[in-house]
Amino acid sequence: MLKYLIPLALFLVLVVFLAIGLTRNPQELPSALIDKPAPTFRLPQLKQPDRTFSAEDMRGKVWMLNVWASWCVACRDEHPFLFEYQKSGAVPIYGLNYKDRPEDALGWLGELGDPYLLSAVDFDGRVAIDYGVYGAPESYIIDKSGTIRLKHVGPVMPDVWEKKILPLVQELNRQ
Amino acid sequence: MNNQMTRSRLLALLLLCLLASFAMAQVQTEDQPSDDPVIEQRLAKLSHELRCLQCQNQTLADSPSDLAADLRREIRAQMKAGKSDQEIIAFLTQRYGQFILYRPRVSPLTYLLWFGPFVFLLGGLVVLFRYIKQRRDEITELPLTAEDRRRAEEMLASSRKETA
Repeated sequence: MLKYLIPLALFLVLVVFLAIGLTRNPQELPSALIDKPAPTFRLPQLKQPDRTFSAEDMRGKVWMLNVWASWCVACRDEHPFLFEYQKSGAVPIYGLNYKDRPEDALGWLGELGDPYLLSAVDFDGRVAIDYGVYGAPESYIIDKSGTIRLKHVGPVMPDVWEKKILPLVQELNRQ
Repeated sequence: MNNQMTRSRLLALLLLCLLASFAMAQVQTEDQPSDDPVIEQRLAKLSHELRCLQCQNQTLADSPSDLAADLRREIRAQMKAGKSDQEIIAFLTQRYGQFILYRPRVSPLTYLLWFGPFVFLLGGLVVLFRYIKQRRDEITELPLTAEDRRRAEEMLASSRKETA
């Protein structure tokens, strides 16, 4: 009897492993930057190119950096929700306009609206490399000490917002 | 008439695709080879060891993706600045994690990956040997009785007679 049960047990273990494998998203990589200081940058602002924005400016605040581009298809899915998140006042949302022509980016915001407090222009994607960006949209939650606490790859849909981001920013704001 | 209609429809579709591709344009990175052949040689070698994060199953050397071009540019710039291959790999793994390495490092996290196959091989060999031993134990050798010996000799003798 045991002779037949052992292969069956092994097979079931294999099935469980493969089933878990199927539910995981291979596009989503664990970020190497979690709990590391957010890379510093100083970039021109999209709407006021003579002014700059830096991660340093946000010291002492919990904030969200959202990497977006006008050519990014999934950014369109996320975009309408960003207004709601911003309006909720839970966390200030800043944009990082990634490898985009400023005129395209401004056109996009003009057409769909601008949910960001401001967007910084990462024209050549150099800052995005520092943040380990490999696909827009990506969102980072950075705490008061300037440490990256969460990275989300892909659009921040309401379920992600409610389950992952909101509880975290509430906790970080209490600290 | 019908033919012309399909043709104009096709043309419209083509135009639409073109327009869409204009709308999607991202800022292109210049992916110019450096004029230093040593750098290019080092880049070629290093980028075969690194994964393109957008396409995941291609190396940085083979990938046409924009991020891969950005990273190649970054690597060239760092080589030009005198960084060693080790330093560049450290720079990239700090940002993208070990996933960017095509050959994962041997660390407690990757022991299963590196040694798992050998463990399975060993397990298989153990099962195989135990099976063989079990079968061998099942065979019990019976010593020949005098009667068996006599019959065998009779058979041998008769076959010798036949061949003769």
